[in-house]
This record gives sequence, C-alpha cells and structure tokens, in this order.
Amino acid sequence: MALKEKLLSSFMAFEERVNVDEELHDLRSSAIKVFEDKGFPSKKEEAWKYTSLNALLKNDFSVFPKSEVNIGIADVKRFFIDETDTYKVVFVNGVFNSFLSSTTHDGIDVCLLSSALSKPKYKEIIDTYFNRIASKDETLTSLNTAFACEGAFINIPKNKVADKPIEIMYFSTKNDSHLWLHPRNLIIVGEHAQVQIIERHQSLDNDLVLTNSVTEIFAEKNAFVDYYKLQNDELEANLIDNTYISQQAGSHAAVHTFSFGGNLTRNNLNFYHFGEYIESTLKGITVIEGSQHVDHYTLVHHAHPNCESHQDYKGIFGGKSTGVFNGKIYVDKIAQKTNAFQQNNNILISDKATINAKPQLEIFADDVKCSHGCTIGQLDESALFYLQQRGIPKKEAKALLMYAFGNDVIATIKIPSLQHRITKLIAKKLGVDLGFNL
Amino acid sequence: MEPILELNMLTIKNLHASVEDKEILKGLNLEIKAGEVHAIMGPNGSGKSTFASVIAGKEDYEVTEGDIILEGEDIKELAPEERAHKGVFLSFQYPVEIPGVTVTNFIKTAINETRKAKGLEEMPANEMLKLIREKSEMLEIDRKFLSRSLNEGFSGGEKKRNEIFQMAMLEPKLAILDETDSGLDIDALRIVANGVNRLRSKDNAIIVITHYQRLLDYIVPDYVHVLMNGKIVKSGGKELALELEEKGYDWIKEELV
Repeated sequence: MALKEKLLSSFMAFEERVNVDEELHDLRSSAIKVFEDKGFPSKKEEAWKYTSLNALLKNDFSVFPKSEVNIGIADVKRFFIDETDTYKVVFVNGVFNSFLSSTTHDGIDVCLLSSALSKPKYKEIIDTYFNRIASKDETLTSLNTAFACEGAFINIPKNKVADKPIEIMYFSTKNDSHLWLHPRNLIIVGEHAQVQIIERHQSLDNDLVLTNSVTEIFAEKNAFVDYYKLQNDELEANLIDNTYISQQAGSHAAVHTFSFGGNLTRNNLNFYHFGEYIESTLKGITVIEGSQHVDHYTLVHHAHPNCESHQDYKGIFGGKSTGVFNGKIYVDKIAQKTNAFQQNNNILISDKATINAKPQLEIFADDVKCSHGCTIGQLDESALFYLQQRGIPKKEAKALLMYAFGNDVIATIKIPSLQHRITKLIAKKLGVDLGFNL
Repeated sequence: MEPILELNMLTIKNLHASVEDKEILKGLNLEIKAGEVHAIMGPNGSGKSTFASVIAGKEDYEVTEGDIILEGEDIKELAPEERAHKGVFLSFQYPVEIPGVTVTNFIKTAINETRKAKGLEEMPANEMLKLIREKSEMLEIDRKFLSRSLNEGFSGGEKKRNEIFQMAMLEPKLAILDETDSGLDIDALRIVANGVNRLRSKDNAIIVITHYQRLLDYIVPDYVHVLMNGKIVKSGGKELALELEEKGYDWIKEELV
C-alpha cells in the first residue's frame, strides 16, 4: 500500500482510539481531507522545487509507535542543556515520559498538549488558540493536524516571566517499523510575558524516522519569545518542521535554528504580524556535509506599520550536501515604516556541495527600508593567507574563518550554556578545537 | 682558532618567481644580516609586493628558480605558517578584515600556535594580558580596540598600527613591512615608526618596502636597494633614498643601459 493510503487508513484507526470532542473531531476531519486532496508535496510545486521527498516517501512508515519504550536518564542526559536548570517536556516515540520530564503549573503551565486538549480548565485557551495560526491548506501541516494529539503545551500568563528555560525534547528509539512522528506544540505567551524555549528532536539509534511537526506560538502584546531549535540528529532522521508564529503589537519573537545533523531537514518558519511595533528575528546556522540536505523556507508577513524583521542565515556546506534558502518577505500596503532586513551567506567547502538561494521580497508599501543580501562563495583566500602568515596552520585557519563566519548568529544566543554548547558543536563539526570562546 | 661563520639572517640567491605564468621576480639577489634594516624602493610594478609575498610563502606565487635561505635554512618549500614559526613576519599592505574574530583572540591564537609548533606550552593568561597591555600602550592603541573584530571598520592608519602591534607581540626574526606608510598621516607615521624602532635589535632584521622616502626619515635604514623589473639593480646607504626622492628612477634606468 502506498504511504498516502496507509496514512489515510491509519487516520481512521487513530480516530477510533482517541477520545475526542466534537470540535476537535471536525478540525481533524477537515485536516485529513486537505491531505487526502493534495497528497504529498511534489517538486513541481515552487515551494518544494529544491527538496524532494520522493525517496523518503518510498519507505514504509508507521504512525503507531510500539508501546512504552524504556529509556533511562543515562541514555539521554547528554542531550539536555547542562549546567542550566530547565523545565523539561520529554517525549519518547511521541509518548510523554514523566520520569525524564520536569513540568509545572506553578504560575506558568509547562505540560502536555493531550492534557490541554482534554481538561475543561484549558478549553477556553484551546478554543482561542489551537490551530488558529497554523496553515489550514498546506498539506503536511494538515496531516499533522489530523493526527495531532500530543506535544508540548506551554502557557505563560500575562506579565509572567518564565523563571527557567524550557526544553522540549522528542526522542525516538527501538521501534520495530520506521516511525512517522507528528508532534504538535502549542505555546502561548501572554501580554508582557517572557519565555525561552529550546526544542530538539533526537533519534537514539540509527533507525529511519520522519518527524512532521507543527508548532504554533502566540506572542501577545509586548511578549518576548526566545526560541532555539537544535537540529543535530542522526543521519537516518528526517525532520519537517512547520512553525507558525502570531505576533501582537509590541511583541518580540526570535527563532534561532541550528542545523547540523539529520538526513533531510525542512524548516518552514512563518511570522505573522497583527499589530504595530513588532520585532521578528530569524537566525540560523547550517553546517552539513556528506549527503545531508537542509532547506530553510521562511516567511515574514509585515501587515502593519512600524514593525521590524531581521533575518540572518549562514551556511557551510561540505561533501555533496545540499542547502536551500527561500526567504519570503511580504510587506502589505499599509505597513509603512517597515524595516525588513534579510541576509543569507553561504560557504561551499567542497566542489560537490550545492546551494539554492532565493530571496523573495514583495513590497507594496512605499515608505519602507527593506534590504536583502545573499552570497555564495568559498573561504576568502587572502584571509586564509593572513592567518597562516601569523602562524595559524591552514586547517585551523579555515576553521577559524568558518567559525567567525557564523559568529553573528551565535552571538545572539541568550542562554550562555546553550551558546557554549553550540560553539563546541560547531568547532567539533569543523574538526578543530579552537581553544577559546569567540 | 677557527673563525665562526656568520650566518646571514636572509640570503636570496637568483630568485625567480611567477604568478599565473607571468614572471615577476627575474633573478633577485639580496643578503641581510641580523641587526640590519634594509629598505627596498622601486617604481610601481617592479615586484616589491611580490617579493614580500614570496618570502612569506603565498601559494599563488611559484618560485621557478633560486633560493630563499633564512638563518642557513632553505625555506622555499615551507608553508606560510611554518615560515611564521621560524620567525618571518609580514606587515600587509592591505590587512584583511576578519569579522567575528577579535584582535585579542587573534593574537592569542597566533602566539599559541607558534608556541605549539615549537613544543612549548600555551602562554599563561596573565602573561598574555601583560604583554598585550605593554605592546598596545607602546603603539598608543586604545584597549577598546582590542575587543573589536580584526581590522573591521579600521581606518588605513589603524590597520597599519594594528599590524605593528602584532609584530610587537610576535617578536619576529625577520619582519617585512610592505608599504606600511601608505595611508598614514604624520602622527600615525610617527607612532608606527617609533614602534618599529623599539623592536629593532641585534638579533632581528627588518625589510622596509616603501614608495616614499619619508618613512625612512623615521626608520633609518642601513641599506637601500632599488628593485626594478624584478631585480635589485642598485644598492647603497640611506643617502640613496634621498637621491631617488630628488631625481626619481629614470637616472638609474639610464645607468643600466
């Protein structure tokens, strides 16, 4: 049976299992219908021109994981941000693991979507926010919506500052068949509230796994959301991340994406403005090699005046890896005094690596500052010689230049232990111990 | 008693070098002893910067004939960093901007890589700090500068001063200053020249490549050479520089004919 058919019949089985209310049932039914009509994205669509799912979709996947897998803290300790006390919402094969987690309801809610979807006390929040910003006609997002039942639920009420960063971890392991995971995160940050979140998907063995995740983030007026995606998964893991961010007036939302691992990674990152004086920050560093593929597909929709967006994506591509950057900025006619800045810089360190970069700006207002810059090149030879002349060997000189190249993005990581970890990860990927913190 | 053979700091014998199959150095000869300052002047296109790059080991250049001998050792086959470890320093005419690497971290890495190559331990942090403070004061470099990205947004003069700061930190045996005076106003020139003069010793040698005689008023050379068409065609004392300033290079061309 082809994968699409399998997923459709799995949905029917899934619906029977899940104890669901009327509204959610309708929501899911509409969503599966979208997937049924549209099927998987193909290369013929502009949005998927450079990322083909064909090879991946030839595999047989199961949306039903084996019953509870036993993993201990020792198996996963190294993936958490050490030296920092954090809240943790941990899932294994899509199932919540209370032992590894550290949730709370003390002032803020850091817990499970399944609870939020079933408990009456959250009904109003769910009605207000759930599935309100995620795309209703994009096929993979809809597929996730159809199966959405579990993930992180984070609610930071008005004026509250989350006292610790929150780590959302999705582990996968020891499944008999290839797993198709569909995590669903719902994050609500109230007026003047603040939160820092780190999200990570990690396979614990070499099994083929595909994660099609959807994250909805709502930043109310003057809220601050600082989000970090750490993508350093095994080479058999694949990730399609669909993140939708709704921002109200005066809010600041920043997403840093670090893509170092995985086989195929597609990051769909969308920011929508619903007020003035909003700031959106999108930053990323990609360091890949071998046959890895990373596709950053971003959208910032400036719909109101006086808002700012700042995008800075850096990529280093070795081996025969492939990278894509498609950055869309829409500026509506009324969005005067928009300040939108987009920068994408890429370095190819091997002859066989490929990058496709496509900045896309559609600007309908006339009093705006919009700039975009895109570069694809090799390491600067004269810079290399300069470093060598000062006694720095060629290998270290290359690593230093590549490291410095990513510095603008690393510099804005606001969690010191995370910044330190990313620094070390990059140094390791570049094959060098630089001995100092740039 | 046997006389002790005095090794030159640098001996260049019949050096021929090309870039992209075009021969730029056509049989250059030069001998420099420790403790000496040699100036190299010449018209545009004579090969002055090529000379500097070739000694430093820039890979774009191919040495097709001749020798480059540093303290008795032929360094022709050595990579730029290996030559640096042996004490070669090039003050670049156009220092490269390296955003994301601070001046301090850059020089720390440079010093420690050289020490590593020599089998030494890394310089202790407090010693490094002291050295940085000392040398930056000597060159009147504000401490704030040191935490800026290397050469990024620096004026021409600031870049050159930063080059000499690095020279002071690395204490090379052979320093080649490639048009260090270009882009400097009188005050900057004085500070840079002062810095260089304080680094002169009986154990090192300096090659000053310059277009203008003015720098040589401050960094007084022991010898002046004229580089023309890829060769050294005339050598003399510091008065030669004054003569060139007055008469230009044409009279030398006529002399050669």
